[in-house]
Amino acid sequence: MKRKFQLNHYLLVVIVLALVIFPFVSDSRTWTILLTQIFIFSILAMSYDILLGYTGIVSFGHAMFFGMGAYTTAVMLKRIEPTMGMFILSIGVGMLLAGLISFFIGLLTLRLKSHFFAMLTLAVSGLFLVLAEKWRTLTQGNDGFTFKAPEFFKDRVMFYLVALACLVLVYLFLRRFVNSPFGRVLVAVRENEQRTRSLGFNPLHYKVIASVVAGVIASLAGSLYAVSLRFVNTSVLTMDITLDALLMTIIGGVGTLIGPIVGAGVIELAQHYLSGLAKEYPIFERWIIFFGIVYILAVVFFPRGIVGTVREQIWKRKTKKDGSKPVPKKEVL
Amino acid sequence: MTVCTVLLNWMKSPCFIQSRRAEQVEGGNNVEPIIKTENLTIRFGGHTAVSKVDFEMPAKQLKSIIGPNGAGKTTFFNLLSGELKATEGEVYFKGIPITSMSAVARARMGLGRSFQITNVFPNLTVLENVRLAVQSKEKIRYKMYRHSMHYTKLLEEAHRLIEVVLLQGKEYAIASQLSHGEKRKLEIAMLLALDTEVLLLDEPTAGMSLEEVPAILDVIRAIKQTGEKTILLIEHKMDMILDLSDSIMVLFNGKLLADGSPEEIMNNETVQKAYLGGLYDENLAES
Ligand SMILES: Nc1ncnc2c1ncn2[C@@H]1O[C@H](COP(=O)(O)OP(=O)(O)OP(=O)(O)O)[C@@H](O)[C@H]1O
Ligand SMILES: [Mg+2]
Repeated sequence: MKRKFQLNHYLLVVIVLALVIFPFVSDSRTWTILLTQIFIFSILAMSYDILLGYTGIVSFGHAMFFGMGAYTTAVMLKRIEPTMGMFILSIGVGMLLAGLISFFIGLLTLRLKSHFFAMLTLAVSGLFLVLAEKWRTLTQGNDGFTFKAPEFFKDRVMFYLVALACLVLVYLFLRRFVNSPFGRVLVAVRENEQRTRSLGFNPLHYKVIASVVAGVIASLAGSLYAVSLRFVNTSVLTMDITLDALLMTIIGGVGTLIGPIVGAGVIELAQHYLSGLAKEYPIFERWIIFFGIVYILAVVFFPRGIVGTVREQIWKRKTKKDGSKPVPKKEVL
Repeated sequence: MTVCTVLLNWMKSPCFIQSRRAEQVEGGNNVEPIIKTENLTIRFGGHTAVSKVDFEMPAKQLKSIIGPNGAGKTTFFNLLSGELKATEGEVYFKGIPITSMSAVARARMGLGRSFQITNVFPNLTVLENVRLAVQSKEKIRYKMYRHSMHYTKLLEEAHRLIEVVLLQGKEYAIASQLSHGEKRKLEIAMLLALDTEVLLLDEPTAGMSLEEVPAILDVIRAIKQTGEKTILLIEHKMDMILDLSDSIMVLFNGKLLADGSPEEIMNNETVQKAYLGGLYDENLAES
């Protein structure tokens, strides 16, 4: 069976090409930085989607893996040397660390009922936050520390391109992952865990592996994030990061992979403009309140998120037009 | 040295013993029951739902389990399939004690089941529901790279099974939008896909419309005629039971009241007194 290269694949290629060319055409520093930020949070949100959207695991502790990557990279660049090699090595170390820790946490806690698991992740990530605050010799606590990025990233555009490349690679990898036989079982676990078991799949294995993959990728996002700021403090381990990832995933569309990217774009842009507005109207200082409202509206009216809703509409239109059997392209609508 | 110990350990493992036993059974004269329970009991708080059941299931036969509502039939299935853990007693599968094994392990050994309350993957298509079951049978559990739709053999098998249960044309319907009868058919397709030696069918026709029942009956009869499967069937429809069963067992208040050929059961006085009379009349009245 030859794979058809569909319209939306072309669309994706065009968008990626446009993003590659963008920094060479425009010299808006603000936009380069903003887009870089969007790429990084897209990676984080996609990793969260593996948990929430595909496996049906609600975690309130995802920030711990993001923070692990951020601190690993920051500490290694600061303490050893700010070179490209060290940057790559630190990403690897961060991922390894995140993988190991998510494996053990998963093994110990994913047996529990989902709400207990959610609470435990909250507790464990709280533990890491406290650890980072108290271990001042290494982290300088809440004050944080600055560090030098590798020479190569002096030019913001280079870092922009690296972040974009990471986004594309992670997207391609995760798409493979969720469409593989393994990924299909993840969805089955989300849908009906007991039934999955009676088919002879062990849900615990699937949940643990999913949480390892999500943790490892969140750590990559964290590493990139630290370098983008050339600074790290305990904020990378806070609930805010987890909530951002959650919000981006839900607004963009759970279980769609592209959705979290769209969600990251929407939320980062909104934050950018709202904090701009706040200079004139102090009420927008509290933009998080607006997000609260948007969040509630989204869950009530667009439970499928932006991408999910669009897909559903296209699908409905298609089935109406030719009146034939509906053939959903993705099993997960 | 280490190789030897590994080999020795493996030979002590249930897998090895299981395969040896399987050979013996196939070579021999099928005396050993494929499923056996001893003193099987489960209590929920003070309530004993299944009480001291000693039961033997000969291989490659069809046995029906009857009993009034709340007799413990579904609970008995749950104990066999590992959904519930016994308070007391043992379950043997091909002579191997499986009482402490998980539901996953038992499913992989060859105990497949369908559920009384329809239990499918609601937001997935019919095809995907069946495909997942086929995937499990083919032991494709941890492949993470190739696209699942490129495993064409799995897809073909799923399509074939959908036809077997007469669901063709519904492949791309979302499972939650099927009619009740169609969901039951899907449930059976998923069970068949697992291709397990033992099929535990919990009221496969429950809640179906009268027109839908014969199709399911045909499917079960067809499976029986292949002579390869051991089937345990919970049903309330007496005509169907008498039509299909090699033997019948009666559960009453969690106790095994009787177990024997259909004639024996129909003529068994205790059964008639305790239960059958009432039910039979009910069924006659219905039809
Ligand atoms: N998980 C449970 N916790 C407590 N009690 C239970 C549980 N499962 C079953 N029971 C009780 O055990 C008894 C037997 O139930 P079971 O579902 O096995 O009956 P059944 O023979 O399948 O009935 P039906 O014909 O209605 O399906 C019932 O009284 C039921 O309330
Ligand atoms: Mg029952």
